Amino acid sequence: MKIIADTGRCVGAGQCVLTDPEVFDQTEDDGTVIVLVSEPMGAAADHARDAVHICPSQALSLVE
Amino acid sequence: MTGVMETADLSFPLARECPFSPPKEYKEIREAEPISKVGLPDGTWAWAITRHEDVRAALSDPRFSADRTNPNFPMLVQGQRQNQNPDFEKTILSMDAPEHGPARRAVLGEFTVRRMEALRPRIQEIVDERVDAMLAADGEIDLVAELSLPVPSLVICELLGVPYSDHDFFQVRTAAMLSRTRTPEARREAFDGVVGYLDKLVTTKEAAPSDGDLLGRQIIKLREEGTYHHGKLVSLAFLLLVAGHETTANMISLSTLALLRNPEQLAIIKADPGKTLVAIEELLRYFTIVDAATARVAVADVEIGGVTIKKDEGILALGYSANRDPSAFENPDELDIDRGARHHVAFGFGAHQCLGQNLARMELQIVIDTLFKRIPELKIAVPETELPFKDDAFIFGLYALPVTCE
Ligand code: SF4
Repeated sequence: MKIIADTGRCVGAGQCVLTDPEVFDQTEDDGTVIVLVSEPMGAAADHARDAVHICPSQALSLVE
Repeated sequence: MTGVMETADLSFPLARECPFSPPKEYKEIREAEPISKVGLPDGTWAWAITRHEDVRAALSDPRFSADRTNPNFPMLVQGQRQNQNPDFEKTILSMDAPEHGPARRAVLGEFTVRRMEALRPRIQEIVDERVDAMLAADGEIDLVAELSLPVPSLVICELLGVPYSDHDFFQVRTAAMLSRTRTPEARREAFDGVVGYLDKLVTTKEAAPSDGDLLGRQIIKLREEGTYHHGKLVSLAFLLLVAGHETTANMISLSTLALLRNPEQLAIIKADPGKTLVAIEELLRYFTIVDAATARVAVADVEIGGVTIKKDEGILALGYSANRDPSAFENPDELDIDRGARHHVAFGFGAHQCLGQNLARMELQIVIDTLFKRIPELKIAVPETELPFKDDAFIFGLYALPVTCE
């Protein structure tokens, strides 16, 4: 599974970081998403799925 | 239109059934006709969107505009239209793409999860001082005046660089602006008062901007980029100041009340403070204090949930209804802090989702943990029926919450 992040859509609410700070981070400058682990496994993969669902701007998607 | 709900059968705003439940009509329309026409106070109408899935779809669809200056934008109070004051720049709340993204990003770095964490020790200090004051007072005190309002006001004032000594000035005016029962003139006067105050404050900061506060940092940063605009910073300051204290204050009061009347839920947090953040998501869902702020106007024909919303028609994406939709939350009318309610829409959804949500979460977490740890015997001092709920305001909450500390 691979996480695709579209920083152009990201509105920086940080919901992904709250879901799993080991997988996602935000830039200091404009708060947009940084994917720390692009191919998460196990629990991190479940968290990534949650983050995709919760993200308010559809900035995150998964290639399974 | 066919169906049980004809145009103007229902007129907004509707009253909450009780302080802990949405208007009963929400359930009725969600089941019978989940996207239906409702009347507005100015005699026009809008589509009420009531299902969780449809609310999310609508709020993340760029064909719905947030521009409150659009003459077709649905208004829940007469005379509410923004830009009555021609000098007042649009806030990010009212901007659409492509204007919205860069404007939001200019300030987003101030509100990241990490930036909020850096504020934690100072917020803890502020909360401790307020709880000290509560404990020092003998007998009955008002939790709203002593804790709920001062904590977020102090925090937002420090963050922005607004002198806290002026808090009475803008708290009184914010309350007037957010009331549904004040006259348009009274609301306008309150609005102009706060804008005038911030206009002066920003002008003062422009002379010697400090990187110790958000407004100063914006001036420095945007000047360097060559994009600084006085009026736009005044609008931003206005939005952050108004949104930053009243909302969180109401959630502090309501959360305290909800936990005190559900002792078995409170016991879960007391036993494991690691649960507080999960509990907060559930409390946010349960109360959804900003219900119908998420109005929009269609700028193209859009099909949602099988209904075609035509260009220039307004929608009210009802977050409170979405957050009590049984297809998204099992037994939605129950407060169940263990449920994992993170997909609630209490902070809105889409590009405009609340900018300050992680600050709000942190303030709530620190207040709840500190309050119940330091005052385990906290009690509500009056019968629930006597509590003054804000039934007449845009943002739900409590005007006062009398408590005793021992
Ligand atoms: S949750 Fe979505 S919008 Fe928010 S920071 Fe993450 S990717 Fe961006």
